[in-house]
Amino acid sequence: MTITFYVPRDSGALALGAEKVARSLQAEIDTRNLDARIVRNGSRGMYWLEPMVEVETPSGRIAYGPVKGSDVAALLDNGMAEGGVHPLWLGLIDHHPFLAKQTRLTFARCGITDPVSLEDYRAHDGLKGLENALKLTPAEIVAQVTESGLRGRGGAGFPTGIKWKTVLETTGSQKYIVCNADEGDSGTFADRMIMEGDPFVLIEGMAIAGIAVGATKGYIYTRSEYPHAIAVMNEALEIAREGGVLGPSVLGSSHVFDIEVRVGAGAYVCGEETALLESLEGRRGIVRAKPPLPAHKGLFGKPTVINNVISLASVPVILDKGAPFYKDFGMGRSRGTIPLQIAGNVKHGGLFEAAFGLTLGEIVDDIGGGTATGRPVKAVQVGGPLGAYFPRELFDTPFDYEAFAAKDGLIGHAGLVVFDDSVDMLKQARFAMEFCAIESCGKCTPCRIGSTRGVEVVDRISANIEPEKQIEVLTDLCNTMKFGSLCALGGFTPYPVMSALTHFPEDFRPAPIAVAAE
Amino acid sequence: MQSASTDIASRAIGIIDQLKGKEGPLLPILHELQDEFGYVPPETLPLIAQALNISRAEVHGVFTFYHDYRDHPAGRHVLKLCRAEACQSMGGDALADRARQLLGIDWHGTTADGAVTLEPVYCLGLCACAPAAMLDDEVIGRLDAEQLEEIAAEVRL
Repeated sequence: MTITFYVPRDSGALALGAEKVARSLQAEIDTRNLDARIVRNGSRGMYWLEPMVEVETPSGRIAYGPVKGSDVAALLDNGMAEGGVHPLWLGLIDHHPFLAKQTRLTFARCGITDPVSLEDYRAHDGLKGLENALKLTPAEIVAQVTESGLRGRGGAGFPTGIKWKTVLETTGSQKYIVCNADEGDSGTFADRMIMEGDPFVLIEGMAIAGIAVGATKGYIYTRSEYPHAIAVMNEALEIAREGGVLGPSVLGSSHVFDIEVRVGAGAYVCGEETALLESLEGRRGIVRAKPPLPAHKGLFGKPTVINNVISLASVPVILDKGAPFYKDFGMGRSRGTIPLQIAGNVKHGGLFEAAFGLTLGEIVDDIGGGTATGRPVKAVQVGGPLGAYFPRELFDTPFDYEAFAAKDGLIGHAGLVVFDDSVDMLKQARFAMEFCAIESCGKCTPCRIGSTRGVEVVDRISANIEPEKQIEVLTDLCNTMKFGSLCALGGFTPYPVMSALTHFPEDFRPAPIAVAAE
Repeated sequence: MQSASTDIASRAIGIIDQLKGKEGPLLPILHELQDEFGYVPPETLPLIAQALNISRAEVHGVFTFYHDYRDHPAGRHVLKLCRAEACQSMGGDALADRARQLLGIDWHGTTADGAVTLEPVYCLGLCACAPAAMLDDEVIGRLDAEQLEEIAAEVRL
């Protein structure tokens, strides 16, 4: 029987040497004349164990990691083909505590299947959601999504079903589904993992959205920093067209739907939905004033659903298993699961999909295992560069849209960046302002000018020039940016700045410069 | 014999003609031109304006808005170092300083021998294996000083 090995093609695994491992493994297979094949899967999301090699055995998939190219021969000598024990042996991967504790709905297939095999996708419950959607009326599909409680996973948390309903009820000669895959927040990589590890789930979600609102064309707007995701996505789109999932007759129905990948050009602000639409239309990524909402006048002025990758990729499971199934997970008004991305200075960094409601402490200490450097955790930035820094005192905050808002933070795209006690929070506050200045689209004054003034004010604090007065100015400036900016870039930059100031005031009062002894 | 500028113009026109039928074709055209020439030759901007029936100012505005597009060729290699928070938390700033020192250039600079251009990047999505970098098309995770020195030597070969 042919042995099946799995070596991920996920960027994170590639960045740690997966290509070398795959080449060594193929060379050994050839030399040893083994009847074996290598599947290039997505990542399971356990990056401290990447590159992780798996082998299919009668009892399940056995994993090894982190594997180097030079380990491959020894692994095979120790019977890796049969799941043999070796110091890198991790056992049955499904039983690994990091995976066993998760609730994988959106990421159910990621790391398991061959990302560009439609047969594999079907064999693992793929396309069931779309098949169900084809039996429903558009209004029924929208009702399912609304009832599931799914909220925008890009950060804003707006109910997806309401957005779809608006587009469904708006008339237009052409409607669009736009997938916001411009995942620019540091600490986030869930969109990338889905595009690289299970691209068909995004295609399926977009097709369902198209059928639900009467759109025939979809765009995936992603980043030039994601070359591997772009390549896998394009490969999958071609396969989906050949397989009749996309095209003039979606799964043999009368529905028309096709998708095109568009690549950004290094502008963070294009992750803001209206700037993204401007960019897609071929203009500078300048934020639009709302209203009109994209649902009424979006891409090229047509009614447009614009959703994040994870929102769209969560739709197939809702249509497959039903809204109540999805809604049963979570807490409060945060329903379903959220793919947490645990990153930065953390021992067990990776993707952990779970129902809403875990506390920040459970995520960082128990799941993440504390810092990679072994030093105490000082701060965790949640929700990207526009998210607040949380101190250990707030580690009891449950992961939920409202609970984070109540603590002057946001969950954003659910990325968490852990910092040890060597971090200087004044420097982090300066970076937040600097980043806003670099990436501001320039349309509104609080963001364009405020961010530059913010950097200057922080620099004066560092230089110990009237620090108390500067802190007052900084607070006032943050207030202006928060309430006066057109979009989240200027409006949320105060979150990291003010949280750093509020929770770590000692870093904002540098020790007075020692006067040299006379 | 064709002069270099007519050659650029004719290749650019070929690309523009091929893509101008797309919805919102400007970014795809600029990307394709940069892929073809390694930068977007300034003389192609009026050609784009004409083909898309928009003003040259508009094309210039878009071209200069996005960080990716260059108006002159980069070095033979491009080293991008992530400067965002997750990489900062793992010592990215110190590595960035080391890189500038090793190569003797600042951000966006190219070494005098034309070997390498150093660019900042804000997130490569490799935040669980920080610090991250990208050398040409190759992604690199858990970059350390030793590896950085190897890269600095390698790119100058």
